[in-house]
Amino acid sequence: MTVTAPAPRPTRRRSLVDRLPRRLRNAVGPVVFLIPMLVVFGLFSWWPIVRSFIMSVQQTNLVTPAEFVGLDNFRAVLEDPLLGTAVQNTLWFAVLALVIGYPVPLALAVIMSDVRRARGLYALLAYLPVVIPPAVAVLLWKFFYDAEPTGVFNTILGWVGLGPVPWLEDPSWAMPALVMEATWAAAGGTVIIYLAALVTVRPELYDAAEVDGAGIWAKVWHVTLPQVRGIMLITLILQIIGTAQVFLEPYLFTDGGPDNATLTVLLLVYKYAFQNTTGGDYGKATALSLMLAAALAVLSLIYFRVTRRWSD
Amino acid sequence: MSTITQPTPDVQPVPATPAEMPTPGRRRSRADRGESRGITSVFERRRPTTRLLRTLVNGGLLVLLVVVALGPILWLAKSAVTPTQDTLRNPMGLWPNGLDWENLRTAWVDIDLKLYFWNTVVIAAGSWATQMVVAVTGGYTLSILRPWGSNVLYALVLATMFVPTVVLLVPLYLTVLDMPFTHTNLVNSFWGAFLPAGASAFNVALVKRFFDNLPREIIDAARVDGCNDFRLFWSIVLPMSRPILGVVSVFAVLAAWKDFIWPLVVLPDPAKQPLSVRLPRLANVTELDVMLAALLISCTLPIAFFLVFQRLFLRGGLEGAVKG
Repeated sequence: MTVTAPAPRPTRRRSLVDRLPRRLRNAVGPVVFLIPMLVVFGLFSWWPIVRSFIMSVQQTNLVTPAEFVGLDNFRAVLEDPLLGTAVQNTLWFAVLALVIGYPVPLALAVIMSDVRRARGLYALLAYLPVVIPPAVAVLLWKFFYDAEPTGVFNTILGWVGLGPVPWLEDPSWAMPALVMEATWAAAGGTVIIYLAALVTVRPELYDAAEVDGAGIWAKVWHVTLPQVRGIMLITLILQIIGTAQVFLEPYLFTDGGPDNATLTVLLLVYKYAFQNTTGGDYGKATALSLMLAAALAVLSLIYFRVTRRWSD
Repeated sequence: MSTITQPTPDVQPVPATPAEMPTPGRRRSRADRGESRGITSVFERRRPTTRLLRTLVNGGLLVLLVVVALGPILWLAKSAVTPTQDTLRNPMGLWPNGLDWENLRTAWVDIDLKLYFWNTVVIAAGSWATQMVVAVTGGYTLSILRPWGSNVLYALVLATMFVPTVVLLVPLYLTVLDMPFTHTNLVNSFWGAFLPAGASAFNVALVKRFFDNLPREIIDAARVDGCNDFRLFWSIVLPMSRPILGVVSVFAVLAAWKDFIWPLVVLPDPAKQPLSVRLPRLANVTELDVMLAALLISCTLPIAFFLVFQRLFLRGGLEGAVKG
């Protein structure tokens, strides 16, 4: 075996960037790396935000040039008799979602946090509905909600001597039906959030409670729940923000019906812009969007204050 | 838009050194996870009444989850291969009177589900790529390059979190209809469907926070060795950020698959529409058994995706990512 001299280290080819003058070289990186973010946020976020303010005071029909109309759009929206219905329905949806949907994930997570074996299986099952595309879930549930006695849910109710319930065809049943599906679809995500908080509750707290003679209920009430109070507030605000924007369920289940019983604010925005027989009323749609956004911004502000306080 | 927003995947900030990165197969012991006890103590679990109660509650919860969460999907799987009359007459029957595997083929071929399926795949892929590029390059600039004014820029990005995307529906639609500067119309184009997904402040914040926690010594060392911004990005930062890229990817793909309202608005042409948008229209004109087969096909991929990447979705709940 012949001993060869170590091959000379290949001199690293200087890249194009390295050959630039120093000042330029320092600038080229940030500029290039900023382009995707600036372009995408600029075109699809910042500009539409600015534009929604402009459009809300304009009459736009895409054919004739936009015309400044002051606060007419806002006035037209506020005078629309459907607005009251939409706001009421959205609030009703939010209230029902709180009553039906808010306690469910918390209860599930508290029980699951004490499961010793196969907790992963519980979490997997609980999260499964979250990954089902909402449109698929709604179409499936729409079939379940068949108002005939042979409908899936009415068959089940029949087993225990109840029903049949008219579900989506009845103005007072339609909204609860929507909320039940929405809860089914979303609860799993909240369960995981709670579970994350619950498994970090310090064991010493339970030990201490036991020394004081606390039973299981007392521990849940005086240790577990106070420990996740912050997360409970966060999920509450997130849920309200989410329910204020509800669109898919009323659009696909009932298209706002029966008799406008499920017409929500965002559905009204959509109808102003895209389902208007006289052409899209984009001014009115953006005016209503802005009013919704203002309401949501207050909630988001609270949310950020709360999360910041808890993450410190 | 679902009622409750996606759970925020709080990604474990980076391990201190690359060597400490958690290997996929490695499981931490129960004690590591602070799981030596739950609400009930070892002593309580040994008491016969408590033991019985716990078995009932835990078992009951498992049954409930199987029936309520898995049940509808199992029902869908059964009914997708059941003749329509059978499903209508006896929807809760456990065994169909004859299987109709043909439904799946009819749905895939005859009602053209394959077209909408591939549309969904294209939109999801584009949405993933856009979100990835924007989040990673943006996070890298804001966290590591930090040019002049990057604090203001970051604030502007975060500010968009206050504006829910659905509220921007109409102005965004009009923007895409006639793009600034170029005056191109992206309505009915896949670009219009997936590019706006890139403007996710949440992704940028997630990636930036991850980069903030990367070990500075490695970056400084690379700088001393003469690494320019591009090389630092490609050879040092990217290889260290696999965990966060995985999280962003998984949530981006699933969100794109689930998205409804934006594709509904931006893709009026049925030949371009994804499954979510097309299925409700098909439901009015398709026989029930074929429709149910179409629904089953539409949720197979997300379910498979979830089962493969379940650790990313459930990690927070199982290991406790939210530290008190």
